[in-house]
Amino acid sequence: MTATQPLLQVKNLKQYFPIKGGFFGATVNHVKAVDDISFDVHEGETVSIVGESGCGKSTTGRSILRLEHPTAGEVRFQDRDMVSLTRSELRRTRKDLQIIFQDPYASINPRQTVADVLMEALDIQNIVPRAQRRERALSLLETVGLGTYQIDRYPHEFSGGQRQRIGIARALAVNPKLIICDEAVSALDVSIQAQILNLLKQLQRDFKLTYIFISHDLGVVRHISDRIIVMYLGKIVEIADKKSLFEQPQHPYTQALLSSIPTYDPKTKTERIPLRGEIPSPIDPPQGCRFHTRCPYAQELCREEEPQLLPMENLQAGHETACHFAGELPERN
Amino acid sequence: MVVLKLNPINRQRWQRFRNNRRAFWSLWLFSGLFLLSLMAEFIANERPIIAYHDNTWYAPVFFNYSELAFGGDFDVPADYTDPFIQDLINEDGWMLWPPVRFSYRSIHYDLPSPAPSPPSTENWLGTDDQGRDVVARLLYGTRISILFGFTLTILTSVVGVAVGAMMGFFGGKLDLFGQRVLEVWSSLPTLFILIIISSMVQPTFWILMGIMLLFGWMGLVSLVRAESLRARNFEYVQAARAMGLGNTAIIFRHVLPNAMVATITFLPFILAGSVTTLTGLDFLGFGLPPGSPSLGEMINQGKNNVRAPWIGLSVFFMLSLILVLLVFIGEGVRDALDPRRTR
Repeated sequence: MTATQPLLQVKNLKQYFPIKGGFFGATVNHVKAVDDISFDVHEGETVSIVGESGCGKSTTGRSILRLEHPTAGEVRFQDRDMVSLTRSELRRTRKDLQIIFQDPYASINPRQTVADVLMEALDIQNIVPRAQRRERALSLLETVGLGTYQIDRYPHEFSGGQRQRIGIARALAVNPKLIICDEAVSALDVSIQAQILNLLKQLQRDFKLTYIFISHDLGVVRHISDRIIVMYLGKIVEIADKKSLFEQPQHPYTQALLSSIPTYDPKTKTERIPLRGEIPSPIDPPQGCRFHTRCPYAQELCREEEPQLLPMENLQAGHETACHFAGELPERN
Repeated sequence: MVVLKLNPINRQRWQRFRNNRRAFWSLWLFSGLFLLSLMAEFIANERPIIAYHDNTWYAPVFFNYSELAFGGDFDVPADYTDPFIQDLINEDGWMLWPPVRFSYRSIHYDLPSPAPSPPSTENWLGTDDQGRDVVARLLYGTRISILFGFTLTILTSVVGVAVGAMMGFFGGKLDLFGQRVLEVWSSLPTLFILIIISSMVQPTFWILMGIMLLFGWMGLVSLVRAESLRARNFEYVQAARAMGLGNTAIIFRHVLPNAMVATITFLPFILAGSVTTLTGLDFLGFGLPPGSPSLGEMINQGKNNVRAPWIGLSVFFMLSLILVLLVFIGEGVRDALDPRRTR
């Protein structure tokens, strides 16, 4: 990575959701969806966030977009703190950050034609003169690989993959710098996934986009990412370059995740590391290392002391792991 | 039918509504009835529609003419029911009378029998106990009932939808507070408040409307609130917010259209309810000022004059017809807009 200022800096971000109950709806407890995470995203790169369901990866995306108001921490976009923006400033800044949702059936208003969807985005951006907006909408459709003759159609006249393209066109309409893809291809079948991923890659080259790619599918992540963040129960357990992470996973959770990827070759026998038990509740996460309840190597220390996210000395720069015994565990892969 | 530019979804709905023959015919019948009552002046009036006298055209429906214009003796408004005036006009011209020669307030002075008098060729459905023609009063009464109902429905819907949308969309404390206000407000006894108010002021059309709006806007709130509570978490609403669309625009463009289906389904039933309420108030004597043509007042007369069944029966049939038609239309709309039957 270059030494320039990162496009997005997330510092000690916390996102708790109160649980109301008891007397007069007092806050009884919190769901600690995202608990103190920090990372940087540089311009032009693709950072993936992976983890199982409920680990806080989508919440991280939503907090960055300020769709949720973060409980604590800082989100600096182009060195401006998103959390402290006033409402009108926020509306202006939001153009630079866009989101593509998982479900292409839910993310487009069924009552709007494609033209309405794109025009709405162009109206907000208000850079293209009114008279040329339809032309711009048409060219957007071409950019995402849809026919211009489809502009006056309703969402129900499209397939899932085509709808996802409309979603991408809508995100592109405001000329964003950063796009958060929240499980953007998970709802599509594999052949369409590849098409959409290639489209995203191509758009990244053409428009110098930066992606935060949220996914649980490691195959997809391997295809598109530059760097990968592995999350477990609201915490980052490992950050690394794609190559470094896939070849030398340090955290036992990452190792378990990677061992679960199916292989194409029936002859290679990969040793799978089964994880015992359920993911603990984010309301009352385990003391010490959050993974210790399921970790095959857990020691006394893991139960008591929470590991910090630390760089690994013998590995590539930027490879950080939150494990007391990182580097001492048996090599996997 | 009117050629409207409908989007495919609405065109399908319209088609589904048309296929429901009962609802479709009810809509036509109701529209016909409403149109007829809107033209009440041309159907039941104590003045001719057009008069031609001494090479001059007159339109007594719209204008007041002095007796002098027709060669009378005094400068007073011409009374076209007066045989003297009729003779004057017919001598040198002609008059085009509406089919019923009575207005809702015109009293028939030379009845063959004491009022209420039974149906005759002149008074098709007889007269009430003050000698006023039942057909005329029915027609004007229907008009005022439906107009009142429509206005009240539109006003309560606008207020209800606005409040509901705000409560649902913004949620939180506003929603919580709003719900409590709603609970308290809707448990106020409307009828007693109306009785108290009408004992202090003589309610007019608009005062009555105001009071009923004040206590009737809650009907749609919970419905719209629930819809927008649901809609604000839709991904396309989130996407719109992420693009920087303002709250007002999101509500109007993305949230309300969703709530519209539920709202429109309820409108015919609210209209029927409004008509019933007005009738009830008039029946009790707390409604429109005395002398106004009103279905409720006629029901009261029917009750007081059991020996004159033409009053009670006619108004009973008219009211039943209006309400039944509205319910049929409402059912048709409900089935046509049913979201579980999309495509």
